[in-house]
Formats: sequence, C-alpha cells, structure tokens
Amino acid sequence: MHATLPAHRPSLTGFLPVWQRNFLVWRKLALPSILGNLADPLIYMLGLGYGLGAMLPTIEGQPYVAFLAAGTVCASTMNAATFEALYSAFSRMHVQKTWDAILNTPLGLADVVAGELFWAATKSLFSGAAILVVITAMGLTNGPLMLWALPAIVLTGLAFAALGLIWNALAPSYDFFMYYFTLFITPMTLISGVFFPTDQLPAWLATIGGWLPLAQGVALVRPLLAGQVPADALIHVMALVATAAVAFAIALHLTRRRLLK
Amino acid sequence: MAALDVRDLRKAYGDQEVVAGLSFAVDSGTCFGLLGPNGAGKTTTLRLCLGLTAPVSGNIALNGHPIPAEAQQARARVGVVPQFDNLDPDFSCAENLLVFGRYFGMTDADIRSRIPQLLDFAGLGSKGDARIATLSGGMKRRLTLARALVNDPDIVFLDEPTTGLDPQARHLIWDRLKQLKSAGKTLILTTHFMDEAERLCDSLIVIDHGRKITEGSPRALIAEHIEPQVVEVFDEARGQLPLFVERHRLLCERVETSGETAFFYCRDPRPLLAALAEADGLRYVHRASNLEDVFIKLTGRELRD
Repeated sequence: MHATLPAHRPSLTGFLPVWQRNFLVWRKLALPSILGNLADPLIYMLGLGYGLGAMLPTIEGQPYVAFLAAGTVCASTMNAATFEALYSAFSRMHVQKTWDAILNTPLGLADVVAGELFWAATKSLFSGAAILVVITAMGLTNGPLMLWALPAIVLTGLAFAALGLIWNALAPSYDFFMYYFTLFITPMTLISGVFFPTDQLPAWLATIGGWLPLAQGVALVRPLLAGQVPADALIHVMALVATAAVAFAIALHLTRRRLLK
Repeated sequence: MAALDVRDLRKAYGDQEVVAGLSFAVDSGTCFGLLGPNGAGKTTTLRLCLGLTAPVSGNIALNGHPIPAEAQQARARVGVVPQFDNLDPDFSCAENLLVFGRYFGMTDADIRSRIPQLLDFAGLGSKGDARIATLSGGMKRRLTLARALVNDPDIVFLDEPTTGLDPQARHLIWDRLKQLKSAGKTLILTTHFMDEAERLCDSLIVIDHGRKITEGSPRALIAEHIEPQVVEVFDEARGQLPLFVERHRLLCERVETSGETAFFYCRDPRPLLAALAEADGLRYVHRASNLEDVFIKLTGRELRD
C-alpha cells in the first residue's frame, strides 16, 4: 500500500537556518575555499586566454582572453553550484545525516532542500564574483553594466544548484556524481560558448547547446561584461528561472521519496 | 491529556507490514518504553509518531496535535535523540546547540542564554569550544541529549539512548533521564536493554513483528508472565546437564534450555537448590526474575537479525 505525507506548511523563512548552518561551516574555511575556487579557473583562463589568444584574431570584436573571461565566469559559477549540490549536499544528507537531524525539528524537507538550493547558489555567487573582481582588475570588463552580471550569476547558480539536487536525490554513492560530469557538465561546457563561439559547431549541435542553461548564462554575462545590453535578455532570464523552479520541484519530490518513505 | 496517543497504527513497505495495528497511550510526565527485538518496528513507530513517514492507516495524536497533519507544530515542543549520533562534525559543542536552536526559530540570544545550562546538564560544562571529533562516545551521546533539550521540549523521544556506551556513561544517561522525568518531561524510549527499561520506565509495551504482545509496568509484567525465581544452571563441559534437566524438571514450574545453560523458573527454588548441591560438574546462579526473562519468554530465544 502506498501512503504519502501531507505537503508541509509553506514557510518563506524556513530555509534560512539551514542556509545559516552551511554559511557558518563555510566561514571557518572561507579563505582556502575562495582561493581554491579562484585559482583553477584563473589558471585556465590566463593560460588559454593569452597563450592560445596570441594566435587568434579578435572574437566578436574583443580579444580572445576577454571572450574567454566571460565564459570562465559562467563555467565557474556552474561548477561551484554543482559541486555544492552534489558532493557537499550528499555528505550532509547521506553521510553525516545532518538532514535527518533537521527533520526532527519543526522544519520540513522543503526547508532543507531550499536551504541547500540557496546555499549552493550563494557559493556560486562567491565564486563567480571573485573571478569578476579579478578580471575587472585586469581591465577585461567594460563599464558599470558589468555589475548586472551578478544577478545573472545568481540565476545561473540557482539553475545548476537545482539540477544538481536532482542528481543528489538519486545518488547511491559519491561515484555516481562522475556520470553527471562526464555525461552532462563537460559536454555542455564545450557546446555552450564558454571556450569558443558556438557558430564553430555543426548547426544541430549549436542549437542543442543554445537550449542548455549554461548557454543562457553565457548569453547574459558576456555582453554585460563587454558593456552591452544582452539581446533577448528576458528570454534567457526566464529560461534560467524556469529551469531552477522545475528542477527544484523534481529534486524535492525525489528527495521526499528517498528520505520520508 | 495523553502526551502521545496511538490508535490502530499500520505501516507497510511493499507487501511487508512493519507496524500491524498498534495502539498505545503515554501519560504526560511519565517514562514510556517501546521494547522489542531488532526489526520489531520500534524505529518505524517513532518515525510515524514524529510525522516523518505516513501511516497506511490509524490515528496519532502527539501533544494534542494530529500526526502527520500537524507534525511540524507538534515537533516544536518535542526533542529527539536519534539512534545514531548525527551531531555536526564541523562545529564545536556550543555551536551545535546554537545551530540546532535556530531550526526551532529561537533567537540567537535565547539559545546562547540556554547553552551553559545545557552543557552543564550534559556534564560538558568545560567542553563548549571542543570539536565533536575530540569527544568520546559517551560525551557525544550526552551532547545529543542536550541538543534535544535546546527548545525546552515537553516530550523527549529517545531511540536506543545508551546503545554502545560503557557502564559509567550509561549510568550517567540514566541519571539525567530521571532528572528530566522529575522536571515533568514525558520520555518515550526504545531500548533492548531490559535493565534500562526496568529502571526507567513507568510503563512499557513489548512489540514484535509490528504487533503489541504485552503492556504494563515492569513489575506488573514480571509478576504476570514469569515465576519470581530463576536458577540458571551451566554445564561445566562434562555433558551432565541434559540428564540433570531430565531428572529435575518437575522441581520447577518451567525449564528452558539454551546451549550449555538451563533456565529453571520457580516459585520455590529450595528443592532444586538442594539437588544442585549434590550434583557434580554443574555450576549455577540463583537470582530474582527480571524483565529480560519476560522479554525472552514472549519473543523467543532465537536470534533476530
């Protein structure tokens, strides 16, 4: 026989203590965490940007390193949110049983999963913003319009946090997350215009890439960093919001099935 | 009003019914024991009572709230000590309490004002800044108990609170639980340590295969189900025991043999003790019967995995 729990009382602030818990842990390790998040993408960006860029003509009217910088902001945002929603959330849910402890309090599973969603998005904001600061200092951005990249980073982070939480709800072990990267994240990074313009791709592949959430983020961030208003901004924003909302609902449903059975 | 009232509770996973029509009530301010062998449905029953899983049928009222409909309101006045410690390893003892209090919507000032007394209660007064990894098993358990009290609950659920602890740590937990009861809290605990249930519980039920097989106070259960005296006879590896049991089984009301030990349950043990004084190659212990004897009688001697 199948029995389901009633949907729990909606609360707008229920996620906050869960978010605060994760923030308190992060604060203890903030400096190494930021440096770790910053070093890897910057090394790639500088190495490829200047090394490879020296052999390339300008791309879409900007030097290759500036083109790549915008892609790096988005890819780092995606990676930060994804790692948090997979490995870190899984540790708290499955290994440390932190979620079980929280579920014994008046908070419900929606509060816990929402807390994780917003926390992973926060981590991605730290990561994306740190790179933004560095590339601005290097003169790779153009004008105050680039500040609008911050909300675009948050939306990209929310979308990937929610997608990651779906995979987290299904994961039997850490090994399972490898598939998410090799089947989804890595191919997406290559066809979403992070490293090169998608018109280099076969048309059908470029079309698929254009639909993926990373491409939505890139389509917002790259023009903003170059000092331009993105074309079709509203569509990209709506696509990221919809991805986050739908993925969150699926993740919550699957997590409920996993923990409250 | 009963602190917890459970009526005709059923829960199944697939075809297997793990809680099969359970009813019981717990009076406020008492200690209630939920006893049973491994896999009897104890933890599932607790999860049902906390609204963490939905029953197939039945009614639960926790602190006057219907469960699972109003589980969140009910849990605001409840504390839980889970079977396995899930303290936050990244935090100190005090931080564990602070973070947990926030889940109840308490302000930081409120929680911080309670932390010293909670740590004292747990015998961890000097350990506020200690990291979880540096605590012993007993200390972790006590901190988990303190954490369950952060919201000053009316009802505390304890799922096997002393499993895995050494005798000193176990006695300290027992002492604290008695203090909580004196302070008017309702305690609901599962255990398979019968001495623990006998010491702490005002009333208890024994469940097996999701069904209640008996209920009452520990004393009443012993009086109802078991002869008052037990003589345990051990074979000293000479193979004398089967013959001894055969010859003397009528000296007692009931005899059970398990491996190299025979349990004689008697009202008057004197004739048996006299026979044992004559017997060669046997060792014996004479004791009062206890809750464990009741438990074994009702749930059998075979191993549960």
